[in-house]
Amino acid sequence: MEQQIVKVKNKKGVRVIPGFGLSMGVTLAMLGCLVLIPLASIFISASQLKPGEFLDVVTSRQVVSGYAVSLSCAFFAALINAAFGIVLAWVLVRYDFPGKRLMDGLIELPFALPTAVAGISLTYLYSDQGWIGSIFAKIGVDIAYTRIGITIAMVFVGIPFVVRAVQPVLEKLDRQYEEAALMLGANKLYTFFRVILPELFPALLAGFGLAFARGIGEYGSVVFIAGNIPYKTQIAPLLIMTKLEQYKYADATAIALVLLVISFLLMFLINSIQIYMQRFSKA
Amino acid sequence: MKKKILAGILSVTMAASVMFTGCGGGSDKKESAGLELLNVSYDPTREFYAKYNELFTEHWKEEGGEDIQITQSHGGSGSQARSVIEGNEADVVTLALAHDITAIENSGLIEEGWLDEFDKQSSPYTSTIVFLVRKGNDKNIKDWDDLVKDGVEVITPNPKTSGGACWNFLAAWAYEQEQNGGDEKATKDFMKKLYENVLVLDSGARGATNTFVENGQGDVLIAWENEAYLSMEEYPDEYEMVTPSVSILAQPSVAVVDDNAKDHGTEEAAKAYLEYLYSEDAQRLAGEHYYRPSDETVLQEFSDQFDLDMNLVTINDFGGWDEAYETYFDDGAIFDEIYSE
Amino acid sequence: MKKEEDLEKNINPDAVGDGIHSIQKVIEPPKHASRPIVKYILIAVSALFLLVMLVIPLIVALVNALGDGWAAYKEAVLDEYTLKALALTLLATVSAVLVNTVFGMFAAYLLSKFYFRGRQALATLIDIPFSISPVIAGLVFILTFGNIGWMGDFLKAHDIKIVFAVPGVILATIFVTFPFVFRELFPVMNAQGNDEEEAAALMGAGGFTIFRRITFPHIKWALLYGVILCTARAMGEFGAVSVISGHLRGKTNTLPLHVEILYNEFNTTAAFAASSILVILAALVLIARNIVEWKRK
Repeated sequence: MEQQIVKVKNKKGVRVIPGFGLSMGVTLAMLGCLVLIPLASIFISASQLKPGEFLDVVTSRQVVSGYAVSLSCAFFAALINAAFGIVLAWVLVRYDFPGKRLMDGLIELPFALPTAVAGISLTYLYSDQGWIGSIFAKIGVDIAYTRIGITIAMVFVGIPFVVRAVQPVLEKLDRQYEEAALMLGANKLYTFFRVILPELFPALLAGFGLAFARGIGEYGSVVFIAGNIPYKTQIAPLLIMTKLEQYKYADATAIALVLLVISFLLMFLINSIQIYMQRFSKA
Repeated sequence: MKKKILAGILSVTMAASVMFTGCGGGSDKKESAGLELLNVSYDPTREFYAKYNELFTEHWKEEGGEDIQITQSHGGSGSQARSVIEGNEADVVTLALAHDITAIENSGLIEEGWLDEFDKQSSPYTSTIVFLVRKGNDKNIKDWDDLVKDGVEVITPNPKTSGGACWNFLAAWAYEQEQNGGDEKATKDFMKKLYENVLVLDSGARGATNTFVENGQGDVLIAWENEAYLSMEEYPDEYEMVTPSVSILAQPSVAVVDDNAKDHGTEEAAKAYLEYLYSEDAQRLAGEHYYRPSDETVLQEFSDQFDLDMNLVTINDFGGWDEAYETYFDDGAIFDEIYSE
Repeated sequence: MKKEEDLEKNINPDAVGDGIHSIQKVIEPPKHASRPIVKYILIAVSALFLLVMLVIPLIVALVNALGDGWAAYKEAVLDEYTLKALALTLLATVSAVLVNTVFGMFAAYLLSKFYFRGRQALATLIDIPFSISPVIAGLVFILTFGNIGWMGDFLKAHDIKIVFAVPGVILATIFVTFPFVFRELFPVMNAQGNDEEEAAALMGAGGFTIFRRITFPHIKWALLYGVILCTARAMGEFGAVSVISGHLRGKTNTLPLHVEILYNEFNTTAAFAASSILVILAALVLIARNIVEWKRK
């Protein structure tokens, strides 16, 4: 395996394709101006705290429980989105049925709805008086104002990510291998898990990562459906708001910084896997 | 063929963007004629100020002033104050509590002593904290001590994210202090029980109202009197208002943002704008929007609307906002203590 | 368990490219290409998921919008401030889409066609706006360009207004949608590989020609998805813009902010009516996409 990577590097090391300098320049310039420079302000602001104060802020019990709530709910939401996202992408690419276009068109709608409106509507539906919530209330499951509710709001805001990441790859997927596997007698399910899924995996992972990251940061819709009770249903972004409300900018940015580092590491891991897998498969 | 379509889409997008940019730029310039005032206010004052702005513009013209245009900005009181500190160039601020204006003062934009610049501690209209219960009042909620009973579910926003909800907390605190003769330990226990009954701790007043009204959660909503009226207006015959024996005089404060007004040359107009809030017409308008007029005679006109017999404590009984905030709402202060275990 | 073993027996390892499995070959006649029952189950699952998670919440929003009848709806939608907010939302959306499309194409080309040190780190940096809470996304601009920001004095001295003005709203919108186009293009370009570009380059084609003739045809649908995602997200953006806009009515209020203000004013119907404009706009964009896709066939 080690050898393979080296080989790949050597092969790609010679840049035959032109445009490296230009695309690098444009990418770095835009990234720098629009994202990195403003972002540096978080570090500047958080650095107003002494290391000890910083630690106190980010390890206080409320804040730690806030991280736990945000991360766990975002993780489950991303998992749900990954599972349903791949089914949706499959259905949309491979099957023909009436209403397919409608279904396809619906995917992005959660983005266009302002998050606050989404939160209000979801809470209305999933509270124990709501259309859907009342059904679950009968079997003793409360959705709104619990972590389940938070997860649902995060699923809502993350629906498009996985579907739209997987869909183009699935469309471009060469059916030859799949057909070969089928011809050779492989079961459909087996073909899916052994032939198709590995091809989709990088895109799936990317979609999962995005849905996860979006969930961690989501505020507008979650805040309505979460009960916001300290230690139970208080999400980390709400704690940032709390600090801001007390005019404690440094504290707020400190909490944000930790959240940012966590998501950065996760995304970095996901990107590494994605790039590694691509390199590996092209070897 | 395909390429043409895509090229078409691209060029249409480009054209549209150029057009919109043009429009945006153009309309900005047109509006800057004459005198302009920016009033940064808090949430449910939009309709009041929309009417008041008409009233004031007329008055200003009668007094011989030049054309004046007033822009409104609304949002949560705390975040609005923050936006002014951060560079939102308000000429006047009309916020939910003095604490938020003090924060602007601390940033140097407002001169010291603003609290006494206008009458009645610079609060031209006031409100108080009441209960909103469902029609019939099944749980028989009459006063604060009914809220700590087992099985009563309470909805109130979080004072740490909603400045307005600080009043709610302090009103309950004042009641229990009066009941037990100032025993702080007992009052803390009372508050702890009260917040144990809180089902949802929304981040803002409107969210809490929504939780109570639209989503049918809880038995009682602790709310500002004017907001309780707005809910009852929207859903007549579904809710009742209960006024507790003890409550707090919620004093929304107003101030001229001296630095900005100086820069804009609007000092005189800004001052006149806030002063005119105390005129009889404006006071009556406030009453019509369910705020209690600070003018006694106008207040009496609304005596059948407001319960004027309530025992109202004020923020001064808590030593003013700075002290109250530090004691009750700062990190690690009493509110956090209540939720600690 | 039994079934799984059977599955493994059923597969020819060469075809799958997996050498770990036993070499035993059991070649059966190919099954029929489609099994309708699976198809219908999957469609039903998808439909149910979308219905519960997406359609019903949207219906709730629309029902609320029409709660006071058609006349009230029309009045709310045609309100002067609603229309001004709509114009600003469109301006911000179009700006964000343009900037992010240009960026997305360059960045995806760079990261999928070239190998260099720090590639993963760069890809991750691009994703940062996703992982930032919208509230913080707005705050970073305040901390940069606002009164309390480190560029604040400079901007004030030169009388340049960014935050609490239209440029701030646009910047915040660009920021939160920054990775969208890139994110759609990148997996497709990655999956496609470099062989065609390399061949073209060896035959002497220039960078722009390669991109236009070889790369672009592969990615145009992904680009379309990216643009649509970006459009939808930019229109609905609330958190970041809310921090940076100052909520100046008729000036820096975008439609989602206007919705919030109406809602906080206990004007629920008008709030939902205004938000229905956003849903309708999104629907229009999606219809446009469908037309383009249909023309392709």
